[in-house]
Amino acid sequence: MTDISGLSPRQQRLRRVGTTEAGMHTLPGVPPEASTDQGDEHGLSGEARGQLATAARRFIHEPLAVLGLSIFVGLAVAALLTGWFWTYSYTSITNTLNAPPSWSHPFGTNSIGGDVFAQVMHGTLQDIEIALIVAVLATVVGASIGALAGFYGGATDTLLMRFVDLILVIPVLAILIVLAHIVAKQASNWFWLAVIIGAVSWTYVARLVRADFLSLREREFVEASRALGATNRRIILRHMLPNAAGPIIVNATITVALSIVLESTLSYIGLGIQPPNVSLGLLVDQGQDSATTEWWLFVFPVLFLVILILSIFFIGDGLREALDPKKNRVRA
Amino acid sequence: MSETTLAVQDLNVEFATGEGTVYAVRGISFALAPEEVLGIVGESGSGKSVTALAIMGLLAKNARLTGSIAFGDRELTGLKEKEMSGIRGTGIAMVFQDPMTSLNPVYTVGWQIAEAVRAHQDVSKDEAMARAVSLLELVGIPRAAERAKNYPHEFSGGMRQRVVIAIAMANDPAVILADEPTTALDVTVQAQVLSTLQTALEETRASLLLITHDLGVIAGLADRVLVMYAGRPVEIGTVEDIFYRPAMPYTHGLLGSLPRLDSDGSERLRQIPGAPPSLTDEPKGCPFAPRCPLREPLCDEEEPALRTVVAPEDSSGTGPATGGTHVAACHFADAVADLPVASMFSDSSEDQEGGIT
Repeated sequence: MTDISGLSPRQQRLRRVGTTEAGMHTLPGVPPEASTDQGDEHGLSGEARGQLATAARRFIHEPLAVLGLSIFVGLAVAALLTGWFWTYSYTSITNTLNAPPSWSHPFGTNSIGGDVFAQVMHGTLQDIEIALIVAVLATVVGASIGALAGFYGGATDTLLMRFVDLILVIPVLAILIVLAHIVAKQASNWFWLAVIIGAVSWTYVARLVRADFLSLREREFVEASRALGATNRRIILRHMLPNAAGPIIVNATITVALSIVLESTLSYIGLGIQPPNVSLGLLVDQGQDSATTEWWLFVFPVLFLVILILSIFFIGDGLREALDPKKNRVRA
Repeated sequence: MSETTLAVQDLNVEFATGEGTVYAVRGISFALAPEEVLGIVGESGSGKSVTALAIMGLLAKNARLTGSIAFGDRELTGLKEKEMSGIRGTGIAMVFQDPMTSLNPVYTVGWQIAEAVRAHQDVSKDEAMARAVSLLELVGIPRAAERAKNYPHEFSGGMRQRVVIAIAMANDPAVILADEPTTALDVTVQAQVLSTLQTALEETRASLLLITHDLGVIAGLADRVLVMYAGRPVEIGTVEDIFYRPAMPYTHGLLGSLPRLDSDGSERLRQIPGAPPSLTDEPKGCPFAPRCPLREPLCDEEEPALRTVVAPEDSSGTGPATGGTHVAACHFADAVADLPVASMFSDSSEDQEGGIT
């Protein structure tokens, strides 16, 4: 030990600690610049509004993400506007049959005289609606179940994860066919279709979130927040879920793409979207036979499908980057 | 020192594992007075951290705890998780060892301090954030309002530990537990963090339970010291008692293994031979006996209880404080206390004759 003969009250010892330190750095408790910094009330209240604003700022610095978002929003708006203002509706039947693209029918017409442009735009809208419902449903259900299983572990984990396994071992198509058959006859069946696809798509999210939670719950900051008196609910929702946001969001975008594929599969076997309603998947399926002859029946729906899915992937990628503070290359 | 904020009485913690029961803490008792700093020292595995976690109610599920932990007049053992949550943070707060991992990487530090405030107090977000900024200023973060918007990875280790201390202060706890608060830090910033901790104590008027294996930290901050070995408290006394008149051979060994600035540097460090005993079986006799140079047959027979060490009558100028009671778990405590520090241990065993230049 250092010379301890002069040791007396604690304060004196501390003063010694303090002086060693004063040479290297500002004295704690007396930050010289702090007093001049009181004018920064703007930044302060901005911060208090939440970190969503920061994430949004980072998001708009990702060129691909902005592109993806613009395309996605553009498609949705265009689809809505077409439904309201375009000369033909997706149910219209004209007497121009199998016409190639022209000024009056930009995407041509099909064998019964339907306007392909109106159908593609309506299909896009329909797919966006279905995909959003599926993504929200699958993510909420999957993340909740995965979070509970991963956080509590033990019997809760076993019970929930065996249930997930059970759903995973039954072929998705079999479940879909049985369930879709029940709702196939109903009028606006697309909503129920979305619910059914969502009901089989949450298992992957659940597994991902559980895996993430298993490692997160051992991290010291979780114990630290517990030591602060945070309840389990608060720890799960506010401390752990945001740390699992990356995989959840990426998976949500994959789920969106998969749901469009699943929907077109169901439509193909006649259990999905029921005519005269259309979806992009249904249009692709209808058009593929004539892909070499009436190419416009096939190419336009495929093009829109690809653009739609790509834009969603870009958005997901940008969100993941924006929500990860360490990936922050652009200082906003 | 009549009232106590935290009283631990005969605390035992056992873990049921596949290889049998691990007796991590065996019969530890101490009382923490308001604004007192009690240091707990001991090597890895001596039960320091388990004691802290037991107080916080954060032990793993396979832990079995007996004894009593009283916070003020509330008994903490057996409290429901919900009631315990109400005490954590407001009554007893904890500073963790590694500031690299104890902050949440996805939130700004300001948010995390505000979150600690909001976990217990019904205040608006803006109020909580204002409090976070003033706490950051208090722990010596320059340009606090601006830095509150930074993420943990944008802070250095020392600054992060200050943030952790700010979080611990957020709800004005009566007791702060610091589990090796400087261990993960550079030596150059340890003093700063200790000083910050002191500021926190003055501000909140909290008592501090300082867990460390660094005797230098103890000497700088603590009023009293509790030395742990193999899950048992083996010596309790004021800083002066422990550093001047260690009455337990293990404490001698700890002090002898430290370099001293007041020696000319020619002295070798003295190590304690051997390793601590396994905690899986309850040992018979004194747990330190196998490593003790003063071992007697009695040591293997009977585990010594904590006994009061007789204060020396001489007034040699340094005058060890006689206010607190100095107790040690050694059959020969009084004799050991009169030995020069660490003299019973030999210099490093192997290369003794070769020496170094």
